[in-house]
Amino acid sequence: MSESSSRDRKPPLENSQPPLAERAPRRKSAKTRVVGRPYAKVDAAAKVTGQTKFADDLFLPRMLHCKLLRSKVAHARLRRVDVSKVLAMPGVVAAVTGRDLPISFGILPVSQDEHALAPDRVRYVGDPIAAVAAVDEDVAFDALDAIEIEYEPLPPIGSIDDAVAHPEPRIHDYGDAGNFHKLVSMEFGDVAKGFVEADHVSEDLFFYEGSTHLPLEQHAAVADFGPDGKLTLWSATQTPHYVHRALAKVLQMPAARIRVIATPNGGGFGGKSDPFNHEIVVAHLSRITGRPVKICLTREEVFYCHRGRHPTLMRVRTGVKRDGAITAMHFQTILDGGGYGSYGVASTYYTGALQTVTYNVPAYRFDGARAFTNKPPCGPKRGHGTPQPRYALEVHLDKIACDLRLDPAEMRKAHLVPPNSLTANFLRVGSMGLGACIDKVVAASGWRERRGKLPFGRGLGLACSSYISGAGLPIYWNSMPQSGVQLKLDRGGGVTVFCGSVDIGQGSDSVLAYVVAEVLGIDPFDIRVITADTDLTPVDLGSYSSRVTLMTGNAALQAAERARELLVEAAAAKLGIPKVRVALAEGRVFDVEDPESGMPFADAVVLAEAKFGTIGTVGSYTPPPSAGRYRGAGVGPSPAYSYSAAVVEVEVDPETGIYTVPKVWIAHDVGKCINPVLVVGQVEGSVYMGLGEAMMEEMAYRSGVNANVVHKFPSLLEYKSPTTKEMSEVVTFLVEDPDPNGPFGAKEVGQGPLLPIPPAVANALFDAVGVRIDEIPATPEKVHAALKLARAGKPPRVGPTRFPDVPYPPPMRVLSPEEGGDGRALQVAATGAGGVRS
Amino acid sequence: MSESPSFERAKAHVGFTVNGEPVEVAFAPHKTLLEVLREDLALTGTKHGCELGECGTCAVLVDGRPVLSCLYLGLECEGRRVDTVEGMATAAGLHPLQKAFADLGAAQCGYCTPGFLLTAKALLETNSRPTFGEIREALAGNLCRCTGYVKIFEAVELAAAWMRGEDAQPRKETLYGTDFDESGLLPVRNAP
Repeated sequence: MSESSSRDRKPPLENSQPPLAERAPRRKSAKTRVVGRPYAKVDAAAKVTGQTKFADDLFLPRMLHCKLLRSKVAHARLRRVDVSKVLAMPGVVAAVTGRDLPISFGILPVSQDEHALAPDRVRYVGDPIAAVAAVDEDVAFDALDAIEIEYEPLPPIGSIDDAVAHPEPRIHDYGDAGNFHKLVSMEFGDVAKGFVEADHVSEDLFFYEGSTHLPLEQHAAVADFGPDGKLTLWSATQTPHYVHRALAKVLQMPAARIRVIATPNGGGFGGKSDPFNHEIVVAHLSRITGRPVKICLTREEVFYCHRGRHPTLMRVRTGVKRDGAITAMHFQTILDGGGYGSYGVASTYYTGALQTVTYNVPAYRFDGARAFTNKPPCGPKRGHGTPQPRYALEVHLDKIACDLRLDPAEMRKAHLVPPNSLTANFLRVGSMGLGACIDKVVAASGWRERRGKLPFGRGLGLACSSYISGAGLPIYWNSMPQSGVQLKLDRGGGVTVFCGSVDIGQGSDSVLAYVVAEVLGIDPFDIRVITADTDLTPVDLGSYSSRVTLMTGNAALQAAERARELLVEAAAAKLGIPKVRVALAEGRVFDVEDPESGMPFADAVVLAEAKFGTIGTVGSYTPPPSAGRYRGAGVGPSPAYSYSAAVVEVEVDPETGIYTVPKVWIAHDVGKCINPVLVVGQVEGSVYMGLGEAMMEEMAYRSGVNANVVHKFPSLLEYKSPTTKEMSEVVTFLVEDPDPNGPFGAKEVGQGPLLPIPPAVANALFDAVGVRIDEIPATPEKVHAALKLARAGKPPRVGPTRFPDVPYPPPMRVLSPEEGGDGRALQVAATGAGGVRS
Repeated sequence: MSESPSFERAKAHVGFTVNGEPVEVAFAPHKTLLEVLREDLALTGTKHGCELGECGTCAVLVDGRPVLSCLYLGLECEGRRVDTVEGMATAAGLHPLQKAFADLGAAQCGYCTPGFLLTAKALLETNSRPTFGEIREALAGNLCRCTGYVKIFEAVELAAAWMRGEDAQPRKETLYGTDFDESGLLPVRNAP
């Protein structure tokens, strides 16, 4: 089926989406003039000249400044919050408390557990209690001291162990049990039988410490409640649509009167994906003062907002055949969630969802738990819930390969999930380029010649991974598209793309321009892109879950093809040729058989407008339905999975444990590059962030007084992240295995390439000095401790030694596709003993 | 002024040049150069990531040398020459560093970019042919969370070559990754 004939079969202004089968990706070919090529980003000039307006760069006349008073206590009831003295202070215009905003909110419908300001209870150091709006920031800051608070302290829950041991006092009055927010268990295929059939069964414990996003831009927002009764909020958010919904709910205002504009994010990485207290507070303060109100969080406050990586303890037990084929896997996780729900229910499921999409796992059981603790809430950070289990799985497999005396790369490659298949937990894998990725990094790193043969202190480690290209289901249940694009063509040949997506630095504005430019045959820099404005742009759910290129790309493709159809029809009539002969390229619309015969793009728009009226088209995207129908099946399905493989080289000083990572080889199956230089940039950025987590980054809490609940060092200086001097050389390979669900075959790249890095570092440390660091970050202290154990003749391992008794429920049993399952859970109540294996 | 007495603050009155143009500003004497630039001169191209001198985001040049504007008092600028990102491009176009950052995707979110550009500019003005190690060292006080620094290093090297008058091109690996099959692709024209 040729491209043009496929276009011809679509009516130009039909709103329904064509069936998936008809949307085969347009293959890479010399004919693409924009897609696949290393253009600069369309917003690059603004960014390098300092002209991009971030939220804190906005100044409105008569603007007030807001500061939040945050709890100094980790867990307490609030006996009294009194702002009366503040209101008497010169320069203070308004002060509000939890009583003013009593309605709760939260990103997930099942976890509406946050308040703009705590009404009666604080749950972590940093929980906002009151807010002040004043004529300048200094006055607002000083006014916080005059707020009177009486706390009635409650025993704080500081850790997973605390939460397991102390069901009371409950941090929240909802959740699956005591201080467990969530407890799940599911079994796909016959796991017991799989273990019986195994030649070798292996079990390991791992811990992955929490880390934070650390975007360089501190969260900021400006609210302006106008005399027309309408509210505008500019905010550094990755999810303006969800902020819009939260504002309407908490402020009790019609959504139609609220406009949320997401400013370009100065880095997000998941940390700006929740609706936040400060956004709601400034909106309310603007409403009651009638003046614009701005807030910009301090760096310390950004650490309290957090929503970063969940600290996760894991136990994995796997049965394998002698050749490394997995017969069964039982994976258990417990996540330290912090004080609120955030995305935590999804995070919990994600710690068990994607183990099955890399290597064939015929029988799989997952037990997951999330504990509430009195710390800043955890949520989605780049890789959302999957870097922890991926680290565990890839180190676990490295150990199994050692036990079986198999090459870890060969063992993985021999048991890959086939393309176009369904996993035991009903995830539909489309294109699958992991084998090619492994080949690239194995060859380039000299894996076969060098692994295990380098001098003591130097070593290579390999790991693989996969990630979703957008979640199959939206965060709140609905049957509308996940992404929408509108296109406006004007008589001058101008093209404007409208889309709700947010550019957080990944280049999503540019992707819209490239896709439209490709289809309409024009220069991407001639296109105007208007994004992330709930008044002007159709809904896109936001920049999270690596969904934007695939979903907005498809929506833009559809809108552009519909516009192209109008131009083609008008031009064909004018040129007196059949429509199939009309081509659009280089800013012209012309006859492919006689390229001289044609017209400038703008003239074709004029013809089309004369023929059809004002030219505007729409496109939208809804992911294909998921195959799984069991409870929890909403987490894991995706239109397409990206794949990555990495080899990391380390150099360890055996005396001190201090090590460096001189080089990383990474290959990423992105399906198809919409723009290779931006794809390479995402891979390099992911490697960097993965190295930070692997080597040094941790959300650390004090010991002694206030143990485990007071952040040890909420600053950029003391929260160690890699500088230019720690960054490795990165050799990046882009593998293109186009996926039928992706625009031009494209899959995600923003998050996936982080995943193999922490396990590859840990595996390289083993190759270098023979120690197993089963805990991230793998700091020099831990390497040193393991080397010391080795010298003492003890097992050279540092990592968790016990897994607490978690009351996982009996597993929900789902027959795997191999067993003839239809994706539904069996109705029979499971009778096996709950989750904890003795 | 008819403001309530409690608001009265003695303001400093300071004169200096910003991007080659003389300015006179009255501001509260405790204000940092960062605050004076952003709040009193509306030059919001200079960003901030910590306001404690930890991240390098707010770097500007004072008398040609990089300083952290969040730790530098506005008062200290009297008679000095301050350069910010707004002054880098001219009517003739982008500064070579700006062009290289744009072409290579060295500005992802773009928030740390002004600080990197000015720090790199100071480096290239004193060292026209820096080694990779010298670039890394010069930029060690600037944090970037998006790029992993790789594209930034490459952009500084490319800009340095252009500033030496060489007709340098980005490496293929920079644009396409290693071993990428780019056969059949047409050359790219980026926006000016």
